[in-house]
Formats: sequence, C-alpha cells, structure tokens
Amino acid sequence: MSELNKLTIADARDKLRAGEITSVELTDACLAATEAASALNAVVHHTPDLAREQAAAADARIKAGDAPSMCGIPLGIKDLFCTKGVASQAASAILNGFKPEYESTVTSQLFDAGAVMIGKLNMDEFAMGSSNETSTYGNVINPWRRGNDDTDLTPGGSSGGSASAVAADLCLAATGTDTGGSIRQPAAFVGITGLKPTYGRCSRWGIVAFASSLDQAGPMTKTVRDAAIMLQAMAGHDPKDSTSADLPLPDFEAAITGDIRGKTIGIPKEYRMDGMPDEIETLWAQGREMLQDAGATIVDISLPHTKYALPAYYVVAPAEASSNLARYDGVRYGHRATLGQGDGITEMYEKTRAEGFGDEVKRRVMIGTYVLSAGFYDAYYNRARKVRALIKKDFEDVFATGVDAILTPATPSAAFPLGQEFDDPVQMYLNDVFTVTVNLAGLPGIAVPAGLDGQGLPLGLQLIGKPWEEGELLNIAASLEDRAGFVAKPANWW
Amino acid sequence: MSIDRETARKVAKLARIKVEEDALDALAGEFNAILGFVEQLNEVDVDGIEPMTSVTPMRLKRREDVVTDGDQQDKVLSNAPDAREGFFAVPKVVE
Repeated sequence: MSELNKLTIADARDKLRAGEITSVELTDACLAATEAASALNAVVHHTPDLAREQAAAADARIKAGDAPSMCGIPLGIKDLFCTKGVASQAASAILNGFKPEYESTVTSQLFDAGAVMIGKLNMDEFAMGSSNETSTYGNVINPWRRGNDDTDLTPGGSSGGSASAVAADLCLAATGTDTGGSIRQPAAFVGITGLKPTYGRCSRWGIVAFASSLDQAGPMTKTVRDAAIMLQAMAGHDPKDSTSADLPLPDFEAAITGDIRGKTIGIPKEYRMDGMPDEIETLWAQGREMLQDAGATIVDISLPHTKYALPAYYVVAPAEASSNLARYDGVRYGHRATLGQGDGITEMYEKTRAEGFGDEVKRRVMIGTYVLSAGFYDAYYNRARKVRALIKKDFEDVFATGVDAILTPATPSAAFPLGQEFDDPVQMYLNDVFTVTVNLAGLPGIAVPAGLDGQGLPLGLQLIGKPWEEGELLNIAASLEDRAGFVAKPANWW
Repeated sequence: MSIDRETARKVAKLARIKVEEDALDALAGEFNAILGFVEQLNEVDVDGIEPMTSVTPMRLKRREDVVTDGDQQDKVLSNAPDAREGFFAVPKVVE
C-alpha cells in the first residue's frame, strides 16, 4: 500500500487493528518521506533505528490484542522534549551534544502507549520565536508556497518543525509546546490542527523550560479527532510536575459527538484589529456562520484587557526565561567556551552564554533580567502580573455568562516569507496577538484550518475553551472542521 | 524610561552574557523598543488587584520528605563539558 504516511492517526489505528497494515510498514513510509524532505529542514535528529525497533514492538503488541490508540503511530517530537539517549537541544547551540539520561513525562507516556518516534523536530531556539528563524539548525521551510512563486515561507514558530513535518506527511502527528502561541500559530500557517491544553493538563517534566507559568505541551495533528486521541496519551497527573493537575481524564475522543446544538460561542470585539487583512475578517465571519449553521448560538462578547496581553506577556515570559535559562552556565551540560589565560568562572559563564545563546534568546534573557532587577520589579513584573490577573478575569466573566467557547482568528496573517526584515523585535511579537491571551489565562485553545487565502495559503481559526473542558472544545472544533471542509494539501516540491 | 549604554552593559553583566562594546548601543535600542511597547501597561488601572501567582487555582501538593532518587553520579556527570573524579570541574573559584 502506498502513501501510508498520509494517513490520520484514527485511520492508521483502525487499519493497524484490522491487520491491514503493520506499524513497521507505516514507519518505513514515514522514514522514507522524511529522508526525501531534507529541503524542509523539519527533522534535525533522525532516529530510524529506534523507530523501527519501536514499530516492531508495537506490531507485537497489536497482534497480542493489547493496543492503545497511539500504538504503532509514527510521531515527530519537538526538540524541546528530553528524549533518553537522543540529542535534545531546544534548537540551541548551548545544548550542543546534550543527550538526556531521562525521558520527559509526555514522551514517556506516548512511548508507553506504543507510539513510534521518527526523530526530533526543528523549532525556534528555546521556543522563542514566531517564524522558526532563531534555530541553531537553520530555518524550517513551510511546505506551502504562494501558487507558483517559489519564495520560501515560514512555517511559523516556535513549533515550526512540528508544523512542517505534519503538513508534509513526514509523520502522522507531532508534539508541540505553546507558551504564547507556539502550537496554534504554526498549525494555522501550515493548515493543520494544533491544540494547547489547559495549563497543567500535560506534565512539563523533562520539557526544556522557557516560561514555566505559560508553557504547555500539546498535539499537532492532521485532524481534530487525532488531536483528541493524542492528547489522551499525553495528558494526566505527574507527581514530578507540581503544577500538573490531579484531575481525572475524560475520554477526549468520545467527547466528539458532532452535536453542538445549544452551545454558545462568543465573538470578542477586541480581536478585530486595525489593519487586519480582509481575508482574515471574512474567514472569521464564515467561521461564525458555520458554527451557527451547526446549531450554536453566537453572541458578541467583550474581553476589555486584550490589548494589554502582548505587553504583559513580554514582561512575564522574559522574566521567567531569564530565571529558567540561568542554568545554562557551561558546567553541567552542553557548550562551554574555550577560556583565555587568566579567565575565571565569571568569564566562563559570560563567554559560554554569549557563544551558546542566539540573539533573540539573549535579548529576552536580558529583558527578563532588567524587569526583575531591583527598582524595576514593581514597575514591570508586578504590574504585568496584575494585568495578567485582569486578562484572566475577562475570560472568567465571559464564561460566567454562559459562553461555552470563543471564536477568533488564529493569526493576523497567512505565512510570510522567511528572512523578512522587521524594524524592531516587537513587529515579530505581534504574530501572537490572538493566541497569547490564552496562555496568560491558562485556558485551552485550538487552531483549526478553515480556508485558503487569495494566494492559496492556509488560514486558521482559533477556538478558546473553558479550563479543563478540552473535550467540549474538541467537539466544537470538530464541528467547525467538518463544516470548513479543509482538505487542501501543499504540492510536493521538496 | 530610556535605557542607555551603561544600563545595557549592567544588564548584560547581571545576565552573565558577554556583550562586546560596539554592540551595546544597538542592544540598548532594542531594549528601548521592547520596553516602550510594554509601557502601555501603565494605562491599566490595577488598584487593588493581586499579582497572579498561579494561573489555575490549585494547592501545590506536598509529599513525604524522603529520598526518592539518587546514586546516579555517572548519569549526572555524563553530559558535563568537564568532569573529573566524580565532580563537575570549573576554573579556579577561590584563590
């Protein structure tokens, strides 16, 4: 059977269980696709031997009748996840050569469920970026192009390798992480589904930390159903992450009933931004109609502090990053600078960090250092945390009126060309304008591909759910997916 | 609040990141762009608002104060740039 790599998780699961295909065949198809796709630069550490070994074990398990849904499913794993014995660098030169002695909880749960890893995926360095241009491995290329124009486009970031790999069918799905939009923005840029779960739903243990109060892992998949299946295996309480929630996991796939009659969907007026392209505005209006058509009630809502989300984020996230990234000191792992005569330990730290960190990471670490420094802590950090509390309250107030989910655009534009020059770093930050509120409030959010722009590039819509209600959110997203009927795929030029 | 060259130098020092002299002005400029953007937060009335400490209302779990892990010296040192005799090695710290 050809093109097994193009299957969804749900279809592959059914075929595996029915004995129509084996995980070894499926895995080989993905490995072959990966090998042929080096132009995308999505996979940065290949693990074919491990993949074949895991696939064989999965086949034995399926044969024995003990097969969870993820059993035998080939995945790509974002480089931010520590994977035992396999390079895990967060796309940073400062972690050159780092091979963890342990497995992150999320990957460990996926492997326990029988999933197969084809390799580690490219990303923005330490997950800091929105275009996948800050990676030590070089840019990831979006498989989508503007018609016949061969300009390389960004797959978004930070989970750009995950987005590109899934869109190009190098694996059936991939793990991502989302601190300000790093799952949802790249998913939207490549026409796939990306789910950021409620903060605390997935353990952060073993995932290289960027901003601990915002980071959350989630699935990046070809369909909403696949996101539900994969989330099931990733989620759950972990004693090793004190912020992971000790709550029972519902059956996420079973929550997708196709029936959203009587649900109330809010449309926040503050997400109508000046200068937003007409196509995004139109898509948003179409999404509203689709949900209405599916039986939902649409209401206009207000989230008054929305415009302060990005500025609050650019205090809170760098502050936490400056603290988290203090551990990269050239002592315990990764890169250490070559020292000159007479250099002491301080020079070792300063030179190691100057050589090992890229420009964007340095910038954020230093901004974080500044906003936490004596004399500025109250003015910046505490104020940002207060504004964050207000942003969260905006959502609580809206949900208290009976709103079940909120519909917004996923991104302010379609994928843009790589190498685009910006006047200042803030221009790039604006990519996350629709997604970052969700991280600040700890809510679940999902990007669903909903249409193509005039140049043939995918555009996504975002649905935001109530805390711990990923099941309901997935159900509404599935309804949107069904009505949007997005089936376009990028032409294979790579 | 405008960040000058000296403040940029001080912040780099606090962050333990070596920044060359000729890069300090550009760095100060970038800080000013980001902090200028962040200044908007001053428009928000935050009187009586508690700074958020936990995004989900939860009590952090406690566990027994017992040893749960250990005896992995080789593994702990396996990624060190310089490990000797069971220790991390660094340049001389004390004269």
